[in-house]
Amino acid sequence: MNTIRVVIAKPGLDGHDRGAKVIARALRDAGMEVIYTGLRQTPEQIVAAALQEDADVIGLSILSGAHNSICSRLMELLRQKGLTDVLVVLGGIIPDADLPGLKAMGVSAVFRPGTTMQDIIDFVQTHRIPRLPAGAKAAD
Amino acid sequence: MTAAIPSLRERDVPFQTVSGRPIDRLYTPESLPNFDYERELGDPGAYPFTRGIHPTGYAGKLWTMRQFAGFGTPEDTNRRYRALLAAGATGLSVAFDLPTLMGRDPDHPLSLGEVGKCGVSVASLADMEALFDGIPLADVTTSMTINSPAPMIFAMYLVLAERQHVDWQTISGTIQNDILKEFIAQKEYIYPPRPSMRLITDIFAFCASHVPRWNTISVSGYHIREAGATAAQELAFTLRDGIEYVQAGTDAGLAVDQFVPRMSFFFNAHSDFFEEIAKYRAARRIWARVMRDRFGAADDRSLKLRFHSQTAGVSLTAQQPMNNVMRTALQALSAVLGGTNSLHTNSLDEALALPTAEAATLALRTQQILAYETGVTSAIDPFGGSYFVERLTRDFEEETERYFRTIDGMGGMIAAIERGYPQREIADSAYRFQQDVERKRQIVVGVNDYVSETRVAVPTLQIDESAARQQLAKVDRLRRTRNTVAVRRALDRLRRMAAGTENTMPALLDAVRAYATVGEMCDALRDVWGEYQEQAII
Repeated sequence: MNTIRVVIAKPGLDGHDRGAKVIARALRDAGMEVIYTGLRQTPEQIVAAALQEDADVIGLSILSGAHNSICSRLMELLRQKGLTDVLVVLGGIIPDADLPGLKAMGVSAVFRPGTTMQDIIDFVQTHRIPRLPAGAKAAD
Repeated sequence: MTAAIPSLRERDVPFQTVSGRPIDRLYTPESLPNFDYERELGDPGAYPFTRGIHPTGYAGKLWTMRQFAGFGTPEDTNRRYRALLAAGATGLSVAFDLPTLMGRDPDHPLSLGEVGKCGVSVASLADMEALFDGIPLADVTTSMTINSPAPMIFAMYLVLAERQHVDWQTISGTIQNDILKEFIAQKEYIYPPRPSMRLITDIFAFCASHVPRWNTISVSGYHIREAGATAAQELAFTLRDGIEYVQAGTDAGLAVDQFVPRMSFFFNAHSDFFEEIAKYRAARRIWARVMRDRFGAADDRSLKLRFHSQTAGVSLTAQQPMNNVMRTALQALSAVLGGTNSLHTNSLDEALALPTAEAATLALRTQQILAYETGVTSAIDPFGGSYFVERLTRDFEEETERYFRTIDGMGGMIAAIERGYPQREIADSAYRFQQDVERKRQIVVGVNDYVSETRVAVPTLQIDESAARQQLAKVDRLRRTRNTVAVRRALDRLRRMAAGTENTMPALLDAVRAYATVGEMCDALRDVWGEYQEQAII
């Protein structure tokens, strides 16, 4: 199996990057190729990074409460670009009430405080979506 | 004399602090060779202030119970402030939302979803007026957690005082205004380091002549610790930041004793009880020595490190949230035993959301119980002379001096930040801690041990998009009704001041009086100085 390529992104205005950086390092130590976008990325920039890096997975870290607005925009952009085979996972402070909505948008998993690095690694390894051969995506 | 430790079986756990510092089984006089009371401790209120800055400890004055709060619209937060004051809080502390902290107006594209979420949205003087409606600035001290846009927000507070007919010479409070820890840890920076430092020295100079009782900066270790630093890194980086500010002030032509007495500090009250107590004691001793020996300060007030503390948000768990009440109480106790001058206690629901009014009141009650029921305020520095605590205090001093030498060797803190040194140290510590949690070398009750299948639901504060809608409407109305010529003229003058060397505060005050927004004022300076981009380090 090819190396899993993960874009870790910090959207929104928040700068609290401890979680994003710890997870980036954990996934890298687990053998994945990790691209960390750095801070304050717009959904447009994150999707562009995923496209350019041929990412299998996008990991978002959002602690500011802006997750609904940001994820909704990001998932819409992914659909527009035909990147429906990218696994999107979210980490942060996310209230229970928002979980069904995020799932409906297409966010595959929400990792909240207390989640272990190993759980996240396992989830990504099990759920990454197998890629079609290069070129097959351009069908539309 | 060595006490014999019986060679009995010990529990199979690492005996180390939450920062990974190994701890001996027993501390004795041998742990403190050449201990000298006068040199290392001194009496409370006397150099080097290890035992506290007041000769009377808490007998003279208790710490200020200052609860950080802000959410939604200024009107929402104003109601919370009035409730906190009615419940016996002795100071206010403003939490701004992310757009305000980043110098963006509510209608900026990057503010999408963020308005009023993590704090209160303050876009112009009109919002500041609503925030303090019915609260006389002569009667409260206000702490404002604002950094890059600190001069703009401070100017709003000063103009508000003007409108309430309160003399600037008498008002008191604090602006955080600590940009170095933003580059190091919290990352809410706008401009590159050097112009950012100039804004800070402008405030030092302005306050020295016009607002003499204002605390011009709160040099903060809190965020450094939350980002993953050990206790020693928190202490060393914070104090080294302090040194960088003092140097910047003197380089800008100020005399040390003219501005250092108004500098204050802010530490994290974390979970390792004795290590934290020693950290605060070491902080006072190191600062007194640095100010006397490195900068030649003569005024006692320049030598006295005054600090606010806040319990560790990062230690709170979403699982079994009621446990957070105990964590916070113990952390607060360590801050009090370490002689904190001001304290914020976190609420039990903060790993889930911003606190509800009920949770915030319980947090305040925790401080009141400490102050009035436990008796810990009677004897000053009650751990002074403890073999263990004195040894930890000494260790902190040595570790801090080692970090000072490394950072001095790089050419100072700004140079160290530019090469990513403190950022990398912190990221390494954060990763190590997380590995300790996963390997159960560090137990977090309710998370990796003593896990409960039953979920205890606690009520949480919901902030919907209605605050954003109100703030958007308000800023739109403002732009249509104010004198646009006056705003443009004030912003042009601000750009000229920024490009030159004159103090920027008078131009900011005029821009505020004309109802220029935070975003407009920050943009004017972006035009001149550009924005900082960090090299992301993982």
